[in-house]
Amino acid sequence: MRPDLDIIQQWVKPGDHVLDLGCGDGTLLDFLQRERQATGFGLEINPDHITTCMSKGVAVIEQNLDTQGLDNFDDGMFDIVLMTQALQAVRRPDRVLDEMLRVGREGIVTFPNFAYWRLRWGLALSGRMPESEALPYKWYNTPNIRLCTFKDFEALCRQKGIRIKSRRVVDGQHQNRWTARLWPNLLGEIAIYRITRENTK
Amino acid sequence: MPDSLPADSVGIVSPQTYHFDTPIELASGRTLDSYDLMVETYGELNADASNAVLICHALSGHHHAAGYHSLDDRKPGWWDSCIGPGKPIDTNRFFVVCLNNLGGCHGSTGPNSLNPATGKPYGPDFPVVTVRDWVKSQALLADRLGIQRWAAVVGGSLGGMQALQWSLDYPERLRHSVIIASTPRLTAQNIAFNEVARQAITSDREFHGGRYYEHGTLPRRGLMLARMVGHITYLSDASMGEKFGRELREEAYKFGYDAEFQVESYLRYQGERFSESFDANTYLLMTRALDYFDPAYEYGGDLAKALAPAQCEFLVLSFSTDWRFAPERSEEMVNAMISARKKVSYAEIDAPWGHDAFLIPTPRYTDIFTAYMDRVAREVGV
Repeated sequence: MRPDLDIIQQWVKPGDHVLDLGCGDGTLLDFLQRERQATGFGLEINPDHITTCMSKGVAVIEQNLDTQGLDNFDDGMFDIVLMTQALQAVRRPDRVLDEMLRVGREGIVTFPNFAYWRLRWGLALSGRMPESEALPYKWYNTPNIRLCTFKDFEALCRQKGIRIKSRRVVDGQHQNRWTARLWPNLLGEIAIYRITRENTK
Repeated sequence: MPDSLPADSVGIVSPQTYHFDTPIELASGRTLDSYDLMVETYGELNADASNAVLICHALSGHHHAAGYHSLDDRKPGWWDSCIGPGKPIDTNRFFVVCLNNLGGCHGSTGPNSLNPATGKPYGPDFPVVTVRDWVKSQALLADRLGIQRWAAVVGGSLGGMQALQWSLDYPERLRHSVIIASTPRLTAQNIAFNEVARQAITSDREFHGGRYYEHGTLPRRGLMLARMVGHITYLSDASMGEKFGRELREEAYKFGYDAEFQVESYLRYQGERFSESFDANTYLLMTRALDYFDPAYEYGGDLAKALAPAQCEFLVLSFSTDWRFAPERSEEMVNAMISARKKVSYAEIDAPWGHDAFLIPTPRYTDIFTAYMDRVAREVGV
């Protein structure tokens, strides 16, 4: 099992109603449907991914977060809103976070850390935009237009009054290594955050 | 005429009439004491009758959805692109049922059938039937065929409305509802187009208040105009532009009012051909069924509330250039399904052909439709 899926599924309760923003080929929702009897939808814009979701039996809706937002979803209608490796690809991550926590009680967000030491090292040494396993693109064709670091994300959450319930830091293969736990913003490549606006545990 | 039948065709098919003599009560409050339904089926019903798919037809459709009636046929059934061995609705796996709806003019009881009470054709005396009535009659047909639960009910346009209505009226009798290029209700503009079509028909001198059969005439002119208007709404500006542009039939303007542009002669030809093969009273009835369809009406316009009883999964598809039933109408439906916590998948397919796109196999449409129906087949074990 992919370690990030394993971490996420531990945060999903049986029967939870889930929305997956940028659900890709539906791997995560398919997994949660089978392992957690979760219900819900994925939003996606890639035609091939949409077709794959349909063949898997994952309910998928063609909807562009940047242009359509989440206006068509009611307040608090989901237990959990997921967004794996997509926050850095939307135009206004701050607004997406607001919307996530409007339609869902809880959010689970994963994104690549731009302060990861290899990226810092690459930029410092070569003077060119870094590439890595988690960010395998050129500066001109990358879909990742809003890169940030763990510290940036946490600052935004603080500013918005969003509470971080948990954070797990993993490497490019989604392995949870002790080094990344030790010094996450330098040694962690991808973080999985569990966030909420609710104050009760 | 095909020299030989294509390998992915259901082949030579023949329709069958099913007679019903238990009276059916209609939404209008009127009753039909007995009626026939003209039906075609393709593929084999499996032992537990779990692989049946119902195809619902649109305004001018009928029971002949796929295959050929004879080797002399110029064209196959109206949805042959999607029904057949290896096609999205794969007849190697599914048992496919398509019928001519009540009030139709292709063999099912309709205005041009003999009224047993008078011995004359019903004409305008045939009751106005609704989408709900059709679904009711389709459920009775399912009983007759031994189908307790459809693997899927599938339809485009007016057919999609039936697929939606099925999920509300017989929630436990379908696993999937596939709603293509459809809408949860007509807009004022849609109704307006239908009204122009009806006016064209009823103001034709040969219409005789709908009793043209008795006068030995047909309101050809009116039906032709109705079809011409309708046809424009099925195409897109771009697809008409590409097909005809401003092309003239001859080299120069003739400074008259005959059909000089190719688009004029095309519309006239289509209209004339249609007026020879379709019944004007049926056209009136079908457009009215479209107008009346509005499952949210009884729920104060709240479609999500109307959807509460639905148990099936939904697939909703729209086409980017469809302005008759625009993608926004499909999205309204999808959003209501989301609010009602139904399982729904939705895609807007980029296709240039307007409303007619649901009949034209484009790669993405075919891929999605195939992927979805393949999963339905796996779910019922075929």
